[in-house]
Amino acid sequence: MATVAGTMAAPSAEGVVWSWLTTVDHKRIGVLYGVSAFIFFIIGGVEALLIRAQLATPNGGVIDPELYNQLFTMHALTMIFLAVMPLGAAFFNFMIPLMIGARDVAFPRLNALSYWIFLGGGLVLTSSFFLGGAPDTGWFAYAPISGTAAYSGSGMDYYVIGLLILGLSSLAAALNFAVTIINMRAPGMTMMRMPIFVWMTLIVAFLLILALPVLTVALVQLLFDRQYTTSFFLPSGGGDPILWQHLFWIFGHPEVYILILPAMGIVSEVLPTFSRKPLFGYAAMVFAGVAIGFLGWAVWSHHMFTTGLGAVPRVVFATSTMIIGVPTGIKIFNWLSTMWGGSIRFTTAMYFSVSFIALFTIGGISGVMHASPPVDQQQQDTYFIVAHLHYVLVGGAIVGIFSGLYYWWPKMTGRFLSETLGKWNFWLMFIGLNMTFFPMHFLGVAGMPRRIYTYDEGLGWEFWNLFASVGAFILALGVLIFVINVARTMRQPKTAENNPWGGSTLEWATSSPPPEHDFDAIPEVRARDPLWYDRDHGLSQPEGDPDEHIHMPPPSYYPLVLALGVLMLGIGPLSHLAVTALGVPVIIYAIWGWVLEPTE
Amino acid sequence: MRSSRSLRPLAPVALLVIALALAACSDPQSTVDPQSDFADDIQFVYLLTFWLGMAVFIGILALTVGLAFWYRERPGRVAKQIHGNTRLEVVWTLIPVVLVVIMAVPTWQVIADSSKPAPDDALRVNAVGRQWWFEFQYDLDNDGEYDDLVTANELHIPAGRAVTFSLLSDDVIHSFWVPQLAGKVDMVPGHVNDLWFTPHEDAVRAEAYLGQCAEFCGTAHANMRFRVFVDTPEGFDAWVANQQADSVAPADEQAQLGQELFATPVWTLPGGGGGILGCTGCHTVAGVPGAVGKIGPDLTHVGSRSTIAAGILDTNFENLVAWISNPDREKPGADYNDDTARFMPAFETVLTREQIEAIAVYLLGLQ
Repeated sequence: MATVAGTMAAPSAEGVVWSWLTTVDHKRIGVLYGVSAFIFFIIGGVEALLIRAQLATPNGGVIDPELYNQLFTMHALTMIFLAVMPLGAAFFNFMIPLMIGARDVAFPRLNALSYWIFLGGGLVLTSSFFLGGAPDTGWFAYAPISGTAAYSGSGMDYYVIGLLILGLSSLAAALNFAVTIINMRAPGMTMMRMPIFVWMTLIVAFLLILALPVLTVALVQLLFDRQYTTSFFLPSGGGDPILWQHLFWIFGHPEVYILILPAMGIVSEVLPTFSRKPLFGYAAMVFAGVAIGFLGWAVWSHHMFTTGLGAVPRVVFATSTMIIGVPTGIKIFNWLSTMWGGSIRFTTAMYFSVSFIALFTIGGISGVMHASPPVDQQQQDTYFIVAHLHYVLVGGAIVGIFSGLYYWWPKMTGRFLSETLGKWNFWLMFIGLNMTFFPMHFLGVAGMPRRIYTYDEGLGWEFWNLFASVGAFILALGVLIFVINVARTMRQPKTAENNPWGGSTLEWATSSPPPEHDFDAIPEVRARDPLWYDRDHGLSQPEGDPDEHIHMPPPSYYPLVLALGVLMLGIGPLSHLAVTALGVPVIIYAIWGWVLEPTE
Repeated sequence: MRSSRSLRPLAPVALLVIALALAACSDPQSTVDPQSDFADDIQFVYLLTFWLGMAVFIGILALTVGLAFWYRERPGRVAKQIHGNTRLEVVWTLIPVVLVVIMAVPTWQVIADSSKPAPDDALRVNAVGRQWWFEFQYDLDNDGEYDDLVTANELHIPAGRAVTFSLLSDDVIHSFWVPQLAGKVDMVPGHVNDLWFTPHEDAVRAEAYLGQCAEFCGTAHANMRFRVFVDTPEGFDAWVANQQADSVAPADEQAQLGQELFATPVWTLPGGGGGILGCTGCHTVAGVPGAVGKIGPDLTHVGSRSTIAAGILDTNFENLVAWISNPDREKPGADYNDDTARFMPAFETVLTREQIEAIAVYLLGLQ
């Protein structure tokens, strides 16, 4: 195996650490995403618990306002960009090639690059706590408070750089998955035979590809306002803070669907499997998802109903926002009808998915309430909104992700999570999240604004704040049970057969965990729900020769090196621009080696 | 009678829900206790969306629990292999469409109503958001100049007459919100936003309506509050007459000393490390020569206001002494940003306790 001048030899498969650092296997990258994102999920959870501790009593003295402002900002950034999005990415990575009957993604090294850049961005964002203070103006970072050092700390620079780096990661991953899903489906898997989870992933990929450039433009402008005295968003120099809001929410609202659609996809896999019948109204589910993806671009100004938009924009955006209730309603009714007439097996995964329907409905209903601008003028920036978004993101996204974890765990590891601990995990999380977030509706109606570190007694807010804080710790206990369950399962033998739940999709046609090449023989798809079709028609999937050599992409150092170069570009504006300059040759070297790397 | 008996166990639950709903109405900053025409309109749409939402929620919850329970795995049960039902799917596409129309039409109506210009005889007030307090400037003679009366963090308006606010900001985005009187509108630097409403005739009361900044604006965002007093027309006129008068003269020797200290232009720091501006560098007290600062709140009638420090401290001797001594201790962030010189220094570094007490006595006397 010859190496071209100036490139490194392909990494050998030996050494556990190096094998993970250089892997291009979609399943291992999925595990890397999952483990990293779960650690960030714990960090974001601790941030939330500190916030709830501070708010448990009026005039609380647990943390000071500066730290509080950093914590609520970082809680949102961590949960959105470092936990829920990459947990979705973990499922995309591990499951999509398996579900479409492929042996890897279209661009395996690009996939590794996405992960390493994500990790770099996450570390930049989180390290700000120890390097002069974390971002402190809220995750939507409204100018002008975010736009100059006079109003906000150096953490905002970490915000800009961190999100720019993370955006690059998501963009690369989104392109990779769009290409993979469109091009690498097994023979017979037409678009309308794809599992709903694959459909939702495809929609998310397109949302990311279109939304992230808007955020990138806005972030670069904000960086220039902060560091090079431009005034895109600063009225003192002729700029307009409302421009930032438009740009941010043109990204920010599709982002909401980027967070929730993967969970909807998971639930659409779990419900049919455990109801033992096909998803009700498959075509309507697909089109509802696509409709949500399109409408998601036409509603951003509903985040801005109180900024002084005229009557016409408020009428238009109120109406478009309410219309999103229609495809959402279709999805909810179709999930319910999937259970109708079934023979439902209540596993932990099913508990999470069934509760998803009710919890997401609560978030959907409150969302339609403040789709009405007059109502929003009372609810905007209050705890009513906090309740709403947490029912969507915890009751929706997180509950969906936990359902997916219990559902696909045997496929991913070959081991079963304990169902007994699973039920404890479910009930503690379910009770905890309802105790935490439901009373926030009452607090919002009682006039409690969000993002306040303190409040006086006598406003009628004491009881429900204490109640919510207790609930938050119960929710955390539920997550802890999950961690214990995972730790316990790791010491168990691999007992999972190919298709332990009786699922209908292709990932259940291969072994648990799958071999490196996923399938000994490429599967054949004869219908939607291919494994059930085979079962009902006495057919079987093609058998491959397990000993046949199947060529897979070799491991590579270059994704890691290139990610390091990108990280150096980002660290420059935070420290010394020389670091950026040094990053350029690293990137050039990595691209050189990447291009010329032998693939044998 | 049988049906009512079978519902009896639900009675405590229903009572609890009603009690909670009533409790929310009586909270001082409640969003569902409307006391103006605009707040009434909002309440109408809110209740419409609330009851529709409740109906949908109860329906979906019942279906979720019911289906999950009814179709649970049981011996001999075989799942029906159904792929869909076009007629049903059309029906539940139309149900949300109908609900959307029911909510959208009144929404449009209220948007249109609240977007009309304020009546010509409306009381005109500039509300300016600043880190972290509110200034109110009145245009009482309707000449377009908001210079007839200036106050801070406490606002008086007459019942039954429209009041229209021009919402401004000097620094970052704030939001003007008095839930019982009006939905919030943001104060955006570089923009002028409008908000108007007419408090009910019977909204007059001695206690204030509580308001609070609703857009995150920095360290002391949580402590940026204000109060609105809805007066009878006569009460409002009396308040205006008092506020327009120059400040009252100090009542005794201690207050006299306080006024002199207040009017001292610059204090030298102990050890000679420079100086800090005196009170008048930032604050106006009409009638005191040189006291024309415009950076901090106008203090001409500070003793007549029920609170200081943007609604977080009752106006009394102890609180004034504590505030002047070290504002940042009472309201973290108050001296946060030294380089813009817009924040209040800790005067305990340059004044003795007795001197601070004299200033407090003087300010309390400024009724």
